Amino acid sequence: MSELNLRYFAWVRERIGTSQESIELPGNVATVADLLGWLKTRGPEYEHAFEQADVIRTAIDQTHVPHETPLAGAREVAFFPPMTGG
Amino acid sequence: MATVRVQAEPFDAATEVREITRGRPDIGAVVTFTGLCRDEGGTLAALELEHYPGMAEAEIARVAAEAEARWPITGLTAIHRFGKIAPGDDIVLVVAASAHRAAAFEAAEFLMDFLKTRAPFWKKEHRLDGTAGDWVEAKDADDAATVRWRKDG
Repeated sequence: MSELNLRYFAWVRERIGTSQESIELPGNVATVADLLGWLKTRGPEYEHAFEQADVIRTAIDQTHVPHETPLAGAREVAFFPPMTGG
Repeated sequence: MATVRVQAEPFDAATEVREITRGRPDIGAVVTFTGLCRDEGGTLAALELEHYPGMAEAEIARVAAEAEARWPITGLTAIHRFGKIAPGDDIVLVVAASAHRAAAFEAAEFLMDFLKTRAPFWKKEHRLDGTAGDWVEAKDADDAATVRWRKDG
């Protein structure tokens, strides 16, 4: 078990109702995709935020990563919609 | 090394151009791009720009480093604002300087194209009638704009 900081932005943040939280990572959660799947089971707000998992962008320790990336060594994982800056 | 700033405050393009060219007589070309808050149809009170502090700066710096590795540019500045921005006000500034114009134009465009798709910023609309606006949706055209910079393309 290891502690992980989760960050949520834009409509992901609004749907979940918080901008960040700290979790104990379950032993069977190895990748970002596993984490997304596990988060969806935590309640309807998470299910709503992640209903279209394929559009959700993810970052580990402030670097973009694809969903299949292992979480080993991660301190912070962020979930957000496609970016609309500029 | 590029200058990258993420800030709530307004910026001044002329000041940034002076900063980049001061004491550099080898610079023959400066390209600036300014992105503004646009209102289509007169319904927008403001755009609210949310960002991921830390990653926003880091990601713009990564794109800027790629531009510096690819073109012979002598100066590069990128400033992106966050918070509530009214229609007509500035959101983003890119300044690229080089000996010749081609590198400056291309580096500025490259930086903007990748900044739009990679820098963690999100725009939410606030409407004049007080109703809650939508999150601006990402455009496929923005992703397509990055494809042309592929070196094998």
